[in-house]
Amino acid sequence: MLELKNITKIFNAGTVNEKVALDGLSLTLNDGDFVTVIGGNGAGKSTLLNVVSGTHYVDEGTISIDGVDVTKLPEYKRASYIGRVFQDPMMGTAADMWIEENMSLAMDRGKKKGLSWAIKKSDREIYKQMLSKLGLGLENRLSTKVGLLSGGQRQAVTLLMASMNHPKLFLLDEHTAALDPKTAAKVLEITEQIVEEEKLTTLMITHNMKDALRLGNRIIMMHEGKIIFDASGEEKQKLTVKDLLAKFEQASAGEFASDRMLLV
Amino acid sequence: MGLLNALPGAVAQGMIWGIMAIGVYLTFKILDLADLTVDGSMVTGMAVCAMLMVAGWNVWAAMLVAFVAGMAAGLITGLFHTAMGIPAILAGILTQLILWSLNLKIMGKANQALPARTFDVLVTQLHKYESLIILAVFCIVLVAVLYWFFGTKFGVALRATGSNEKMARAQGINTSRNKVIGFVLSNGVVALSGALLAQYSGKADINDGRGAIVIGLAAVIIGEVLVSRISSNFAVRLFGVILGGVIYYIVYQVVIFLGLDTDLLKMLSAVVVAIFLAVPHIKQTYFSKPVKRKKEVS
Repeated sequence: MLELKNITKIFNAGTVNEKVALDGLSLTLNDGDFVTVIGGNGAGKSTLLNVVSGTHYVDEGTISIDGVDVTKLPEYKRASYIGRVFQDPMMGTAADMWIEENMSLAMDRGKKKGLSWAIKKSDREIYKQMLSKLGLGLENRLSTKVGLLSGGQRQAVTLLMASMNHPKLFLLDEHTAALDPKTAAKVLEITEQIVEEEKLTTLMITHNMKDALRLGNRIIMMHEGKIIFDASGEEKQKLTVKDLLAKFEQASAGEFASDRMLLV
Repeated sequence: MGLLNALPGAVAQGMIWGIMAIGVYLTFKILDLADLTVDGSMVTGMAVCAMLMVAGWNVWAAMLVAFVAGMAAGLITGLFHTAMGIPAILAGILTQLILWSLNLKIMGKANQALPARTFDVLVTQLHKYESLIILAVFCIVLVAVLYWFFGTKFGVALRATGSNEKMARAQGINTSRNKVIGFVLSNGVVALSGALLAQYSGKADINDGRGAIVIGLAAVIIGEVLVSRISSNFAVRLFGVILGGVIYYIVYQVVIFLGLDTDLLKMLSAVVVAIFLAVPHIKQTYFSKPVKRKKEVS
């Protein structure tokens, strides 16, 4: 479904601030894979998602989604393949616009936007039905400005929007990190539900190793722009947080593990 | 009595500036970009309309060309901003300067008379009441068209571009192209109001657009204050902007009537706009309890 070949991405090349974010990274995701991504700060996790979604172009290597080479495709054109949820709950929705308007944009993601009326009555029914699944009572607030919702509610709406139209790839960039623990758990629960129902091929970054182990069928650990550990199926199921920490220490070889990495 | 007599004129002129302010609204509120092109594109609309009518063109045809000329001005600013990466404000200033020269070339001189007695104009200060009705119809049609436009898939995408660009791109929206279209539309509307103003005042003058952006912002802000509590309906908001223009011009007339030095008017407008633009910031900085902000992590 997703194929990354020898991806290199360097920020501020040739300056003192040069940072190799991705270093010859290769990764292949199969249809229906749910991959959790862990690693310390600056390991290149977010950059990985950003080069897949087209926020950044790669310096070297190729990216293809479902057999289509998207390496040089701009972000907005790749959007037809990708549903994305950002870490910042404010990022995934347009605050000044109504819930139904936001959802209509996701409904037409990657399609040509002509001069037909954006929201029809039949659309509203679909939106209501989808929102009711969240169990947050949003189905009766279609014409509420998204900016009036709480962070957790917004993130839930973003999740729903990102999953509309069955995207070939579902990218979650620490989408619960900015939420309080209770809300984070709820959003994660919704995430599981959506991924399972829609059978989405998912790449989820998380700082929570327990979540990383509990969710998905495959786990990858990143360090300095490389994948240093990759486990799936039964191998993954047997893993414990201790194992992961050991792997991480081994990889960073004497370097201090980032404190966030230790927050398990 | 003098003030009452001046009222219909002030309302008519206010509506023309209200239409202009709708152009400002499109960039300032919907795209969230300040576009200073309008000081120039307003005069472009005036100049094109005046020159074509002097050359014997029909008023509607002249206004259509003025509209297109304004859109072309917006296209320049839009490309400066998106294709060349120039900050929007600077892009607008550059186009404004380009238009200063072009407007002089269009007219061949600094001003052009367009007397209503000689030309078959649509609106004129000689017939205030008829002009009022025509302008009111004009405003209604404009608001209706924009209301429809921003309710379409394309229009919603345009609003998303201004509201949250990152989100818009993630939803497959070509934000650069949409911004250009926003600039084009906005300046088309501004030039159209210029064409109306030239007819109404019976002249086009190179200096007429000076400070237009400030008047436009003033109208947008007044409109916002007036209707934001009543309704969030888009059409109501647009009418609010036009009403803002009208109120601005009535206040303008009152101030003149009270004998204030007209040289000071632009300063006053600017100060009023500055105060209103500062209000949200001041409220947030000095009158609100501290709120913990989540640190952005990239």
